[in-house]
Amino acid sequence: MTLTYYLVLAAILFTIGAVGVLVRRNAIVVFMCIELMLNSVNLTLVTFARATGTVDGQIMAFFVMVVAAAEVVVGLAIIMSIYRTRRSASVDDANLLKY
Amino acid sequence: MNEVVIGTGETVAFWVLGPVALAGALGMVFSRNAVHSALWLVTTMLSLGVFYVIQEAPFLGAVQIIVYTGAIMILFLFVLMMIGRDSSDSVVETLRGQRVAATVLGLGFAGLVGAGIARATEDLVGVGLADAQPEGNIPAIAESLFTDYLLAFEVTSALLITAALGAMVLAHIEREPGTRRTQKELSRARFLTERPQTLPGPGVYARANSVAAPALLPDGRTSPDSQATGIEPQVADQMPRPTGREQLGSPDGALGTLDPAPLDGPAGGDRS
Amino acid sequence: MEIISAEVLPSEVVPAEGLLGASWLLIALPLAGAAVLLLGGRRTDRWGHLLGTATVVGAFLLAVLCTFSLADVEGRSVDVDLFTFISTGQLDVRAGLLYDPLSAVFVLLITGVGSLIHVYSIGYMAHDPARRRFFAYLNLFVAAMLLLVLGNSFVALYVGWEGVGLASYLLIAFWYTRPGAATAAKKAFIMNRVGDVGLALAIFVMFAQLGTTSYEGVFGTVGTLAGGTITAIGLLLLLGACGKSGQFPLQAWLPDAMEGPTPVSALIHAATMVTAGVYLIARSAPIYDETPTARTVVLAVGAVTLLIGAIAGCAFDDIKKVLAYSTVSQIGYMFLAVGLGPAGYVAGLAHLLAHGFFKAGLFLGAGSVMHAMDDSVDMRRYGGLARKLPITFATFGLGYLALIGFPFLSGFYTKDAIIEAALDRDDAWGWVLAGVAVLGAGLTAFYMTRLMLMTFFGRARWADGVHPHESPTVMTAPMVVLSLGSIGAGFLLVKAFPLSDWLEPVFGEEHSAEHVVAPLTVGLVVTGVMLLGVLAAWLFVGRREVPVTAPVRVSPVTRAARNALYADTINESLLMRPGQWLTRALVWVDNRGVDGAVNGLAAGLGGSSSRLGRTQTGFVRTYALGMLGGAVLVAGALLAVTSG
Repeated sequence: MTLTYYLVLAAILFTIGAVGVLVRRNAIVVFMCIELMLNSVNLTLVTFARATGTVDGQIMAFFVMVVAAAEVVVGLAIIMSIYRTRRSASVDDANLLKY
Repeated sequence: MNEVVIGTGETVAFWVLGPVALAGALGMVFSRNAVHSALWLVTTMLSLGVFYVIQEAPFLGAVQIIVYTGAIMILFLFVLMMIGRDSSDSVVETLRGQRVAATVLGLGFAGLVGAGIARATEDLVGVGLADAQPEGNIPAIAESLFTDYLLAFEVTSALLITAALGAMVLAHIEREPGTRRTQKELSRARFLTERPQTLPGPGVYARANSVAAPALLPDGRTSPDSQATGIEPQVADQMPRPTGREQLGSPDGALGTLDPAPLDGPAGGDRS
Repeated sequence: MEIISAEVLPSEVVPAEGLLGASWLLIALPLAGAAVLLLGGRRTDRWGHLLGTATVVGAFLLAVLCTFSLADVEGRSVDVDLFTFISTGQLDVRAGLLYDPLSAVFVLLITGVGSLIHVYSIGYMAHDPARRRFFAYLNLFVAAMLLLVLGNSFVALYVGWEGVGLASYLLIAFWYTRPGAATAAKKAFIMNRVGDVGLALAIFVMFAQLGTTSYEGVFGTVGTLAGGTITAIGLLLLLGACGKSGQFPLQAWLPDAMEGPTPVSALIHAATMVTAGVYLIARSAPIYDETPTARTVVLAVGAVTLLIGAIAGCAFDDIKKVLAYSTVSQIGYMFLAVGLGPAGYVAGLAHLLAHGFFKAGLFLGAGSVMHAMDDSVDMRRYGGLARKLPITFATFGLGYLALIGFPFLSGFYTKDAIIEAALDRDDAWGWVLAGVAVLGAGLTAFYMTRLMLMTFFGRARWADGVHPHESPTVMTAPMVVLSLGSIGAGFLLVKAFPLSDWLEPVFGEEHSAEHVVAPLTVGLVVTGVMLLGVLAAWLFVGRREVPVTAPVRVSPVTRAARNALYADTINESLLMRPGQWLTRALVWVDNRGVDGAVNGLAAGLGGSSSRLGRTQTGFVRTYALGMLGGAVLVAGALLAVTSG
């Protein structure tokens, strides 16, 4: 077993997250899928930190977590306010911006 | 330079936790219920946190478990509970070809990236962090964070403040002072609607006291008003229903646990 | 760039002096009259007709004086240099006048007959609210016509040529509220354009080949050109002449032009403008001297038109149309004459002058009849007018006799001269042409006698409420003067003061005094044929009662004649319909091809954009799908590049 396994696992997780974004309609679940993608990237960063022998990758992963936290806060607030006006958390219902 | 040696313990941990993480990811995507999705995601995140610890990043592993799995996922659940469940939980696809295209593209992406990574890192030999963090993980991260990445770290604080403010601005409902309605006004407003009374409960003809069971109207139809929001209503057709007198004579009719006889009273089950 | 030396000119041209130097006043006077009347508007309504008449009469008096002065000039030809008209590169057109015997004859005819018709119009148009405008247009016409005959270059002639075309258009459409008049004016204008294109092309060829457009320049060097070029110039000039003079194949506009007021028909469409073609060919004699081919075509055109006009004239009931076809036919005589070459020029011009007198007189008489008959032109509703309109009858009758060539009246001398000239060719074609001319004379006698019988004799077939009355003196006086001209012009021009002597500086001396056939014989034959025509007319028309409505069941010949030998039909089917088809095809190509390409491009862009816009569904997941697709592409590309 090599570090490549971690990376491939991260790629698969990332893909699952991406597909989840595409097929799920609940905005909150979509958000969770995005979190999954971020997490898989974090796994990649940590693995490369180990491979290269520096902690820079871990620092990056740390910042990703911070940004993800901020993003979740704002994103959930947006979902809340959309839900308040449209009584729906479906991303398909918020489709006014079109042709 | 030390080569990182991946021991048996790590291999076992990977082969145990890797499938768990994958299962969590797939379960998140495929659960109908958003709460289940969140719980599946927690599983994946916990697995990843363990991977971090294994990969010589115990600080990140702790942060992953505490901040991500603890704080952020609780926030998710909190919002889920606030807005409840609605039609968005349906897994029926409304966009034509979306699911097929997403699957094909996802497989293609996974194949390409996985193959690319596998090829690029075929000969990758881990250096290991033993030299990079001689005094342990946390001092090394701290040193790096407060020297090389100080500016980014400080900017992060601004980002967090901004995010907190933004969330407040977005979620806050502005009310003019004095516009808060009194109990009397609310009551009056309620009586001006079509339904001043409370929503009907399961009712006298209900065969279950679950909130998922809609109330039945005297003619046997379900009362849509009684259906709780956020709960998938049981389909009325799937419920045994009294349809005629001849059923009373059948063994099933006599069984009567799910089939209260309308003529005999509200609880047919009492007769059995 | 005048490259011509004076030695090769047919006659020495000397600069104008004295009175002749002021001959530009001839043009300026009527032009000023037109300007005053047109610009002055209603303020000139009260005295406008008097001013208009005065300018033309003044021009006539000046023309008489000028002509007398010209007789004293050595070579009888003066050049009045005015100013540089066009000076650009190699083209240097001097605006100047050439006053020579030929133009003098025309100037006298135009101003003389013009004056009489102006006077007549005072009475004829007395009740028309737009009389002032009428005189303004008439003055404009006289000015343009004088420029046409006086100009010393083809460009000046062209300016006058277009000027008379404009005036003709304006005057035909004078009663522009009548659809018929408006249509006739357009027809005249458009058919004239066809001819004018020929004239313009001829001028272009002259400039391109000779570098000059002045008469002396062109005539001096035309012999140096290739035969084909000269023939081309000759034919193009002939096309212009045919358009203006209503000759075959462009004759159809002239009868329709009778929609205009009768004085206009008399002045423009009988006496002067329509003879401009004859003037052009006579003026261009040095060119035609070099090209027998073109000259033969002139002959053919003249002969054909002569017969067409005479045949069509026999069938119409509209008095003005009969006279119009008579004009077409008589101008055919003139073309025939000038096509005969040096022998015929003088005869043709003499006939032109005589015709100017008697045809103008006939038109004025017709106008007087219409005046009496409440503007009706249908001869079938006339009859028995001889006693009601004695002066008109007398003057009209004299014009009639002159036209049919009654012995010792104008037409007799001039027409015989043409026939003699044709016979003098002394070949088979000469006999054919003479035969045509004689036949034309017989037809002329027939239709004019028919006109006389239907109008002045027989039972009165007047419409209800019509009370014929003789016209006022201001109208009859010009008619009397013109009828005197009808009597004497031929004798004066051919015998007493031979026109050939006067025109000798232009056309050279008359060649042969020996005639192939004795003039007496010709005169007797022509008179005999003429009497036959009169007799036939009396047999067919005079003896019987004239039906008030034209018979419907008639022979094919009559039907063809009534349709003017289908000239309009031929024009329509040969030119108008193909033109319409071409236009429709062009419109179709424009709509479908040009516009279609542009609109199709726009519609295609619009359609594709709106179709592309459809992809903007508003569903964020669709966009995310696109992003993932892009990511797959990028990943694939990266992989391909790195592994490639």
